[in-house]
Amino acid sequence: MTELTALTAAGTAASIAAGDVSAVEVAQAHLDRIEAVDGRVHAFLHIDAEGALRAARDVDARRAAGQALGPLAGVPLAMKDVVVTQGLPTTAGSKILEGWLPPYDATISARVKAAGLVMLGKTNMDEFAMGSSTENSAYGPTHNPWDLSKIPGGSGGGSAAALAAYEAPLAIGTDTGGSIRQPAAVTGTVGAKPTYGGVSRYGLIALASSLDQAGPCARTVLDAALLHEVIGGHDPCDSTSIAQPVPPVVAAARRGANGDLKGVRVGVVRELAGGGDAAAYGGGGGYQAGVLASFDAAVHTLRELGAEVVEVGCPHFEYALAAYYLILPSECSSNLARFDSVRYGMRVGDDGTRSLEEVMSLTREAGFGPEVKRRIIIGTYALSSGYYDAYYGQAQKVRTLIARDFAAAFERADVLVSPTSPFVAFGIGERIEDPMAMYVNDLCTLPASLAGTPAISVPCGLSDGLPVGLQVMAPALADDRCYRVAAAFEAATEQFRPPAGVLA
Amino acid sequence: MTLTYEDVLGRYEPVFGLETHVELGTESKMFCGCSTRFGAEPNTQTCPVCLGLPGAMPAVNARAVEDTIKIGLALNCSIAPWCRFARKNYFYPDMPKNFQTSQYDEPLCVDGYLDVDVDGQNYRVGIERVHMEEDTGKNTHVGGATGRIHGAEYSLVDYNRAGIPLIEIVTRPVPGTGARAPEVARAYVTALRDILRTLGVSDVRMEQGSLRCDVNTSLSPVGSGAWGTRTETKNVNSLRSVERAVRSEMLRQAELLDAGERVRQETRHFSEVSGDTRPGRSKEEATDYRYFPEPDLVPVAPDPAWVEQIRAALPELPAARRARLRESLGVSAEDMVQMSNAGVVDLVGETVEAGAPVDEARNWWLGYLTQKANEREVDAADLGVAPGDVARLVALVADGTLSVALARQAVDAVLETGHDVDAVVAERGLRKVSDTSALERAADEAIAADPDAADKVRGGKAAAVGALVGAVMKATRGQADAAAVKQILLDKLGGGV
Ligand SMILES: [Zn+2]
Repeated sequence: MTELTALTAAGTAASIAAGDVSAVEVAQAHLDRIEAVDGRVHAFLHIDAEGALRAARDVDARRAAGQALGPLAGVPLAMKDVVVTQGLPTTAGSKILEGWLPPYDATISARVKAAGLVMLGKTNMDEFAMGSSTENSAYGPTHNPWDLSKIPGGSGGGSAAALAAYEAPLAIGTDTGGSIRQPAAVTGTVGAKPTYGGVSRYGLIALASSLDQAGPCARTVLDAALLHEVIGGHDPCDSTSIAQPVPPVVAAARRGANGDLKGVRVGVVRELAGGGDAAAYGGGGGYQAGVLASFDAAVHTLRELGAEVVEVGCPHFEYALAAYYLILPSECSSNLARFDSVRYGMRVGDDGTRSLEEVMSLTREAGFGPEVKRRIIIGTYALSSGYYDAYYGQAQKVRTLIARDFAAAFERADVLVSPTSPFVAFGIGERIEDPMAMYVNDLCTLPASLAGTPAISVPCGLSDGLPVGLQVMAPALADDRCYRVAAAFEAATEQFRPPAGVLA
Repeated sequence: MTLTYEDVLGRYEPVFGLETHVELGTESKMFCGCSTRFGAEPNTQTCPVCLGLPGAMPAVNARAVEDTIKIGLALNCSIAPWCRFARKNYFYPDMPKNFQTSQYDEPLCVDGYLDVDVDGQNYRVGIERVHMEEDTGKNTHVGGATGRIHGAEYSLVDYNRAGIPLIEIVTRPVPGTGARAPEVARAYVTALRDILRTLGVSDVRMEQGSLRCDVNTSLSPVGSGAWGTRTETKNVNSLRSVERAVRSEMLRQAELLDAGERVRQETRHFSEVSGDTRPGRSKEEATDYRYFPEPDLVPVAPDPAWVEQIRAALPELPAARRARLRESLGVSAEDMVQMSNAGVVDLVGETVEAGAPVDEARNWWLGYLTQKANEREVDAADLGVAPGDVARLVALVADGTLSVALARQAVDAVLETGHDVDAVVAERGLRKVSDTSALERAADEAIAADPDAADKVRGGKAAAVGALVGAVMKATRGQADAAAVKQILLDKLGGGV
C-alpha cells in the first residue's frame, strides 16, 4: 500500500487541488492496490481502469486550465453494483443481469461524475441487495479485510470492504434495512443512511422502493459528509426525493470534530441496547457481550464529550423485524417482476418450441438465487387478495407506530444511539443455511429504515479483534445531527479505524 | 330457438355498465417525457422509464392530472383532495415493468353522473370513478393463423404506446332503461365523447383506439329485484357497436336463462363482423393483481384552489350548449329530439352561428347530410362536411348561384376531395344557368328532339314533362334550376296550370 491510498478523501482532494499530486497518480495508486489485493478481498465485480484514468485525466486537465474543481474532484470512488452506470456492467449481484450494459446513468452516477469523482468500478453485493453478508452474490462472496474468513456485512459488503482494504477512499452504498450501516460496522468504516428522499433513487435497481436509500460510505465521518453533499438533493426524476436543500452535513462534521457535545441530549434506546428480542431468535442471534461492552464504552465516551445521556423506550421496535420482512418481500416481488427475459438480461430456453410463459419461468428459475426466490414468494403471498390487509397493510401500520416511537424519543433526545449490529463479522458460511439468524443482523438498523429517518454507523471498538459499530440516529431531515455526534465520537476514538496494514 | 328482442323484454330486465378508456391528448407520456405522437416508427418514442429499465422511476405528468380533473368536473364528480397510484401486477410482454401503474381504491375523481337523452327522455348515468393509468405497449403476433399469441411463430412489441396517459371512466350499473338499454348505452358514450371533445383533452377517435369501451351487461327476471350475473364485453370500438353489444348480450343471456342455464361471469369479445360476442378468458381463472400503493410516486393532492380555477375555466359543456341553442334557435322540442337522435344538434347550432337560417341548417343536416352519413356508416359529425361549408352552401343557394341540386353536387365533391365549398364550386364550374334565353333555346331543342313527350304534355299529361326537364338539365350539365326549366316547358307547351 502506498501513501496515496492511505489518504482520506478530503486529504486527497486537497492534495490534488494544491497540485501536490495528480488525479491520475491517485487513480493509478488505487488501481494498483485493487490489482494487488482484490484477488483476496473480492470487493469489486467490475473494474473500469480505463474509465477511471480518463476521468482522472479530465480533472487534471480542468485544474491545469484553471477551472474551479469541486470539493471531491479527482477522488476515487467505488460504486455499488445496484446503481445504474451508463455503459458499465450493472448486475445488482445477479446472474439475471449478467452482460446488461445500461443505456443511462442513475442520478447519483451522474452527480459523482459531474463532481469530478473518479469511479474505479462496481462493488459486490448480495443479489438485489437481499442479505447481510454478501454471500448471496451470484458472483461469490466478498471477504472482510480484517479477517478474510469473515463476512464483510451486506448487502453492501463490497463497498465496505473496498474502503477497509484501502482500495478506495469513498464508496456509494444503498441501505434498505441496514445495507450501508451494518457493513460499515463490521468493517470498521463509516456509512450513513440519509433521510428517506434525501438522495435520489432514480437509477438504483429497486429492492423495496419505500425503504431504499442510497448514501455515502467512507473511512471518516467528514469524508462521508463530503460525499453526502455531492449526491444529495432534490431530483425531478424521483418524485419521492425531498424538495429541500441537503442538511449541512459537512459543516456538522467539521463542528463535531472539535469534540464538544455539550448540550447535546443522547438517547440510549433500551430495546436496541441488548434488552430487546434479539436473543429470542435462533442461531445464537443475541447481542454479543463484546458488542455490548463496546457500546457501553461508547456511551461513556459520549458523556465525557459533554453529552447528556438519557434512556428512552421505543416499545414498537420489537415489531420492526416482522414488519420489515413483510414490506420488503411485497415490494421486491413487484419490483423484480420486470426481469422476465423480454427486453434485457438473461434469457433461458428460447429455442422456438417453448411458450413465452415457459421462457419467462425458466429464465427466472435460472437467473435468481435462492434468497431472491424466497422473498419473491413471500411477497407474492403477502400481497395476494385476501391477505393484503393482514400482512402488507398491517406492516404499514407498524411503520406508523415505529415513527411515533421515534417522535416521542426525539422529544427527549436530540439523537438516539445503539449498536449498529448485534454481533461482529461472522464466518463466511456460518449462517447462510439459517435465514432467520441472518435476518437478525438488521435488528438495530431496521427501525430507522422503516421510519425513513437518518442514521450513521461509526467505528466504536473491537470485539475479538473485529470492529463494532455505533449507530447514531436523528429525526428526519436532521442528518447533520448524526454527522456532528459521529464526528465528535470519531475524533475521540481514532484508534478504531481500519489499520492501514490490515491487509498489507 | 331464436328469441325476439320483445320476448327478452317481456321476461327480463337489463342492467348495463360501461368502463371507458380514453387516451389523453397530452404531448408527453404519463410518467416520462416521451412523445405520444401516433404512428411513429416502432420503439422510437421510448426511454428508460417507459421501457421499465432497471432503476428507472416514474414522475407524474401534471398536465394529465389537470385533464383528468377537467373530465371529473365535467362529469359532476368530486375531486379527491388526496389520492394515490397503485401497482396492478401481472406478467405480459407489452407491460415493461410487469405491473401497470394505475389507480385502484383511491381514484382522483369519484361520485359523478352524466345525464343523457334518448327520444326526449332523460336518463341519469351514475359515474363511480374517473382514474388515471398508463397504456401498455402493442403486441404483433407474427405467423400462425389467428394473429393471436397462441400459434404465432414470434411476437413483436412496440413500446411507443407504453405509458401514454389513459383515463378510465367507470359508470355505476344502470338499471331501469328497459328496451332502451342499448340506445342509452350508446347515448352515454356519445355524450361522453362530446364532452371529452369539448374539453379538448383527447381526440376521442374510436377507430384509432383513443376511446375504447368495455360493456357490462346482465339480465334479471322481471320483478325479481336481484341483478343477474354480468358479462364484460371488450373490443367495443364504435358507437354503433356499443348499442349492438348490449343488444346481442341481452339476447344471448336470455336464451341461456330461458333454457335454465346460468350466465357465466366472463370476459367476452365483440365482433364487428358478426355483431355478437364470443367468450374470452373466464373470470374464474383471472389473475390476482396484488394491488398495492405505488411506492415510487408521492400521492397526488390537488390544491382545492387549483381545482376551482380549473372548474372556472371549463368550456361550455355540450348539454348547456344545447339548452342555449334550443333557446336561441327557437326549435320545437320534437325537432330537438329528432336532431338529437341524428346527432346533429351541435352541427345545426354551429351552422346557424356561421350565418345560415335555422330551418335551412336543420333541413340540410337532417336531410341530405344524414343520408350521406348513413351511406358511409359514420356519424354526421365525422362525415367531413363542416358547419361552415353548409352555411356557405345555404348562402350560395339563397343568392341564386346554386340550385339545391347543384348544392348537393357540391357536397358530394367536398366529400370526394376534402376541399371546401368555394373550392369545389370553382373546380367543377358549378353555377346555376339563369340566362332565360339559353334555357328557352334548350327547351325548344328538347321539345324538337322528343315530340312524343311534348304531345303528351300538350294533351294534359303534365307528368310527361319530366322527360323534357331531364333533357334540358342534361344539356345544361345540371346547372339549370329544375323548377324554372319545368315552368318554361309548361309555358311553351300550354299544359301547365
Ligand atoms: Zn419514456
